[in-house]
Amino acid sequence: MVRYFAKRLGLMLIALFLIILVTFVIMHAVPGGPFTSDRNLSEEVEAALNAKYHLDDPLPKQFFDYLKGLLHGDFGPSYKFTGKTVNDFIANGFPVSGKLGGITIIFVVLASIPMGILAAVKNGKWQDMVVMAVATIGVTIPSFVIASMLIYIFSFRMGALPSFGLDSWKGYILPVITLGGYSVSYLARQMRSSLLEVMGQDYIRTARAKGLAEPKVIFKHALRNALIPVITVLGPTVANLLTGSFVVEKIFAVPGLGVHFVNSVSMRDYTTIMGVTVFYATFLLAMVFIVDVFYCLIDPRIKYD
Amino acid sequence: MEPILQIENLKTSFMTSNGEVQAVRGVSFSINKGEILGIVGESGSGKSVTSMSILRLLADTAVIKEGSITFEGKNLIDVSKKEMRGIRGEKISMIFQDPMSSLNPLIPVGNQVAEMILEHHPDRKKEDVKKEVLELFSRVRIPEPEKRYKCFPHEFSGGMRQRVMIAMALANKPDLLIADEPTTALDVTIQDQILHQLRELEKEYGTSIIFITHDLGVVAELCDRVIVMYGGLVMEEASIDDIFEKPGHPYTMGLLVSIPDIKQDKSVRLMPIPGSPPDMTNPPKGCPFAPRCPYARKICAQELPEFIELGEGHRTRCFLQYPDAPADEHNPFRR
Ligand SMILES: Nc1ncnc2c1ncn2[C@@H]1O[C@H](COP(=O)(O)OP(=O)(O)OP(=O)(O)O)[C@@H](O)[C@H]1O
Ligand code: SF4
Ligand SMILES: [Mg+2]
Repeated sequence: MVRYFAKRLGLMLIALFLIILVTFVIMHAVPGGPFTSDRNLSEEVEAALNAKYHLDDPLPKQFFDYLKGLLHGDFGPSYKFTGKTVNDFIANGFPVSGKLGGITIIFVVLASIPMGILAAVKNGKWQDMVVMAVATIGVTIPSFVIASMLIYIFSFRMGALPSFGLDSWKGYILPVITLGGYSVSYLARQMRSSLLEVMGQDYIRTARAKGLAEPKVIFKHALRNALIPVITVLGPTVANLLTGSFVVEKIFAVPGLGVHFVNSVSMRDYTTIMGVTVFYATFLLAMVFIVDVFYCLIDPRIKYD
Repeated sequence: MEPILQIENLKTSFMTSNGEVQAVRGVSFSINKGEILGIVGESGSGKSVTSMSILRLLADTAVIKEGSITFEGKNLIDVSKKEMRGIRGEKISMIFQDPMSSLNPLIPVGNQVAEMILEHHPDRKKEDVKKEVLELFSRVRIPEPEKRYKCFPHEFSGGMRQRVMIAMALANKPDLLIADEPTTALDVTIQDQILHQLRELEKEYGTSIIFITHDLGVVAELCDRVIVMYGGLVMEEASIDDIFEKPGHPYTMGLLVSIPDIKQDKSVRLMPIPGSPPDMTNPPKGCPFAPRCPYARKICAQELPEFIELGEGHRTRCFLQYPDAPADEHNPFRR
């Protein structure tokens, strides 16, 4: 088991390395340096800047320097905000995105799993129809449309909830719904179909043949089996929500990592783009790894080789 | 002898998008205490649907349209859900065809058997129940029960899993055990061992067994009496001796005909009869076997024959057995 996870960890590091490499190459393949495009700098100034940020060094050297920095947790300086580092952005943005994301995850799990269970247990009945209708809206309507609708109804018409900022708990409600809406819908559908599939399995018939009452059949025998595929999609979902959605942060003026990322893209702040990408990738891989561990804890059939 | 279970004119259908599938169309039989009753018939003849109707374990789309299933003076079709749960696993238990998928993959096998006991006897002590399970395991010849208790189903072979299922089914010493093709998925040696065990356990506990199978060899070896099903109906009912010595129905004869000596070669399976079973969404109004029957006459496709008594406990559903049936070379029963 330890060997299995060590191997997974190794593969993860390789994946991470490749992601860094590809991001690095793409960033440097974009025509023009970070300082050529928008501002009119004199040639001397640009040369000085290039020298300052070691942009004159050969690419492999730049890459290994960057990698070395990463190993120490150093994402490098921002090219556009003098005196700021990418670490500053992450340190400022991530806690905001992380808190919003964390609350959203709790909301997503607490809403989607019971919704999916209800829909599956009441398969074909009105409860199922309601859940599926909500879930269909959630996966088909883009989040900015949902956000606009929510803001229109709850902020402008009713004046009940703020339309931007996270200053009070009320401020979280609309962003959380907007951010988690898709995941709630998606996971509820997953949970429903997975549970329905499990409920048709032979071992469920065995459980019923033992004389177990339906709640016991569902919660003791069906649910754990049905959760396995749901957990698989939960990993990437968690990483996604924690690192912040650009759209939601932009709409609700949340000073999170997503907004920084969008800004840095429009300003060609290469190190920030790379830094956030690498940070995001690390997070995603870590989540997938954690899911893997959970997977092994819940499913004894997984072989460690 | 007092029947322990009596089924009267059972009709079970599935409501599907293609219409009503009339899987069981009026089945009657009974089983006595300590008896092993075989149910044979080709795939789709309604054996599983009949047996699952007893414990009401069918899919939600199934409807029991008519009939009664009498057990301990009660009609199981009408008893409350709660009462039915009290019967399942305690008084009537079931073993299913596919041992590979009948156990929960995430729960250790020992716990799955223990659950069967604890569900019906919640006041028993956990350690006592564990001891009981270990004993059951050695009963059904699971080697090293103590070690196996904690194993998960995927660590077991098909035969071992079926033994776990048998241990589970017998855990509460039920009055009736329904075994739906319990050995079909297993190889012949394992099959023999399991049949042997079932017979032993039947003797020891006095459990009545309904044994569903495709395999007439198994019937010969294990059962006291047999009913032959086709197209959702019972075609013939007879003792083991009668069914092999004087089969009273062309379908039964078709099942037997290509088997040289059934009592000696016990691994012989049903040989296919040319043609295929009827479509149960639109069952024939006459004898369901008519399209495939070598002796079919005009009337066979038009009317459903009634049961004719051929002797003590031997009845059959065929026009050729009617007292007024013509005695000629086209009637195998009157030659
Ligand atoms: N859930 C279901 N929905 C619709 N039709 C069904 C369902 N289950 C069974 N049937 C139909 O009922 C009929 C009888 O099926 P049943 O399973 O009782 O056959 P069987 O005699 O047990 O066959 P086998 O030997 O293959 O197990 C078949 O025509 C089958 O297609
Ligand atoms: S009733 Fe007719 S078709 Fe049916 S088995 Fe007898 S002879 Fe054949
Ligand atoms: Mg069957």
